Amino acid sequence: MSATLVDDLRRALTPDRVRTDATELTLYSRDASNMTGRAVVVCFPLTTIEVQSCVLAARHHGVPFVARGSGTGLAGGAVPPDGALIIVLTKMNRVLSVDVPNRMAWVEPGVLNLDLSKQMAAHGLHFAPDPSSQQSCSIGGNVANNSGGPHCLAEGVTNGHILGLEMVLPSGDIITLGGPDAEPIGLDLRGVVVGSEGMLGVVTRVLVRLTPNPPAVKTMLLAFASTRAGAETVSAIIAAGVLPAALEMMDAPITRAVEAFAHAGFPTDAEAVLIVEVDGLPNAVADAVERVNEIGEVHGATSIRIAADANERALIWKGRKSAFGAIAQIKPNYYLHDTVVPRAKLVQVLEEVYAIADRHNLLVMNVFHAGDGNLHPLLVFDKREPGVMEHVHQAGDEIVAASVAAGGVLSGEHGIGIEKREYMSMIFSPVDLDLQARLRDAFDPDHMSNSDKVLPSGSRCADIDSLAPGMWI
Amino acid sequence: MVDLSSFAEAVGATGPVSILGLGTRGGQVPGCKVVAAPSGILDYNPAEMTLRCGAGTPMDEVIDALKASGQMVALAPGGTVGGALATAASDIRRLGRGPAREALLQARIVTADGLIAKAGGPTVKNVSGFDLCRLLVGSHGALGFFGDVILRTRPAPVVSRWFGGSSDPDVVRGRLYRPAAVLWDGRTTWVCLEGHPADVADQAALVGLPEVEAPPTLPPYTWSVVMPDLRRVIADATAPAVAEFGVGAVHASVPQPARPVDPAVFELHRSLAATFDPIGRLNPGRFPLLLDTVTT
Repeated sequence: MSATLVDDLRRALTPDRVRTDATELTLYSRDASNMTGRAVVVCFPLTTIEVQSCVLAARHHGVPFVARGSGTGLAGGAVPPDGALIIVLTKMNRVLSVDVPNRMAWVEPGVLNLDLSKQMAAHGLHFAPDPSSQQSCSIGGNVANNSGGPHCLAEGVTNGHILGLEMVLPSGDIITLGGPDAEPIGLDLRGVVVGSEGMLGVVTRVLVRLTPNPPAVKTMLLAFASTRAGAETVSAIIAAGVLPAALEMMDAPITRAVEAFAHAGFPTDAEAVLIVEVDGLPNAVADAVERVNEIGEVHGATSIRIAADANERALIWKGRKSAFGAIAQIKPNYYLHDTVVPRAKLVQVLEEVYAIADRHNLLVMNVFHAGDGNLHPLLVFDKREPGVMEHVHQAGDEIVAASVAAGGVLSGEHGIGIEKREYMSMIFSPVDLDLQARLRDAFDPDHMSNSDKVLPSGSRCADIDSLAPGMWI
Repeated sequence: MVDLSSFAEAVGATGPVSILGLGTRGGQVPGCKVVAAPSGILDYNPAEMTLRCGAGTPMDEVIDALKASGQMVALAPGGTVGGALATAASDIRRLGRGPAREALLQARIVTADGLIAKAGGPTVKNVSGFDLCRLLVGSHGALGFFGDVILRTRPAPVVSRWFGGSSDPDVVRGRLYRPAAVLWDGRTTWVCLEGHPADVADQAALVGLPEVEAPPTLPPYTWSVVMPDLRRVIADATAPAVAEFGVGAVHASVPQPARPVDPAVFELHRSLAATFDPIGRLNPGRFPLLLDTVTT
């Protein structure tokens, strides 16, 4: 399709960075979800101006576009709309400037999350959001999804760590939003671009806030004889006024799978394991460790261990973050869910999740950000088994429904993408969705930028633009 | 959940309308019908670290309720919750406690069409759809009027103490681990240290600053200044001015001069105004950026 689009792109970039061969198109037609799309051309720009050229060429030829980074998203957010131009930002991967006294850095969107923190280590700084995919996910992807991670309990998710950004609007205009000051002029458009899943334009530079590395860190492993006891401990810790840096929970099946894989010393006889990390100044950390210890004991912890040194701590986190590699040893396929419920409902919803999996004869494992109430039920299966996919999808629907019924939301950190687009009306009324659609229309009136994500069809209640200005409706 | 229907009815769908809280942050727009949002704390569960209240609830009432459970919220005291959110009023300890825009989890607003709409969600973590709450904080009511809101709360520090002296603010900040505030007026540096009493004492000793009773009195106008320019702005000030290091704000004795605006950013604001409130009936004249700036 559209040889002229490809010609325009090859002139604007270089021929080798505009690809139309089947292998490349297939490779970039998906992300880490199980959904695929069909693109017509893949571009690898090196500069903001080249991104602008891609957007303008797409506009000129009436072709939708989608920007992407490493493709680690789990909700289909980077899956191209049919016939789209894909703008791959992985080659824009430089840290452009670092301001150590003011703890910020301008980076390109293709910089990998963990690489950024590694490069900042010499300054005693890091980028706080730490998704489990941090070795391979990019900052641009973190911005698009407002990504989380275990350490977002105390530090907050990506939005609080993005001071400003440069982007190419769907019109082709290059703008800078936000900046290194308290209240940049106008509405907080920076804040709404973060988490907009690439639907408001293409982010080409990011001003990240850097966080000082804590002088003291303690990581604790608490084992429990029931998930109920584990979950109640989570609520009790928060209720006691202790806000750990991270507060993660693993159930028995995932703990055993991870231990067999990572040999991190997880207690395999426990029904639930909590990873509690506290950091900060030494006296506060010692105090928090004592409080967590007491609360754990009151709630019947069968063992409490404190990582002796940085190596042991690193091993615990390696185990936690390799959970999804570990399950490959059990069954070849998994489907990872992501909902949030009030902490007080964790036990109830977890029990419902087990019952749902039972009803569908599926194995479910839970490893999640318990401190945030952010569940990650992991359905494990072999897709070659006849009829299994139907059960996987049905069970997923039921898990989302159970979370919403408990006062929760659709997604805590993976986003809506395509996966949960049609669930949006479970938590938003037509009027709510109309407001979101209006926001998108202000940025992208022609629906060119990753247009088939997040908003279910028919989100816009009425075509207000077609009315005369000043007309009452 | 509070019934917002009478508030929505009061806002209606026609004619200019303005919202009034306690009148501490600019008050109502003259010549408009005036409405007030519901007031009162509806639900506060410290273990969820969330508080739901009517937007007309006085901030001081919220702060007192939180204090009783050892918690706090990242909003400035005084006026109403809705007013603090609409003007993005952060606490002077914003460096440690976070900005106002981090405080809002969910809002139910009344739109220019007189309809009740929800933005965000009740949980502390949520990426379900666009983050409209970010757009609403600091929007001066121009996109909709806050009816009721769910705020993120946090454990309050055990102690919060102010120190001051003639040290250089960058040197002080460089030595401290995450102070809650670093202020500078060109001569004196003030820092707020929060947390465990022993840590606070150790940190204060590290920079050798004596304890002071309170932070300096702040001049009435708050400027937003990019961090690398703070020293220059303080040096150029002809009347008392206090900078917030690490934040990018200067409290000054005169209003901030108009800031230049990129025409494309201006156009985005115009589009948002056109789609959210086509005839500009909500707090007329208060739409951020559209009236008080010059385009470059």
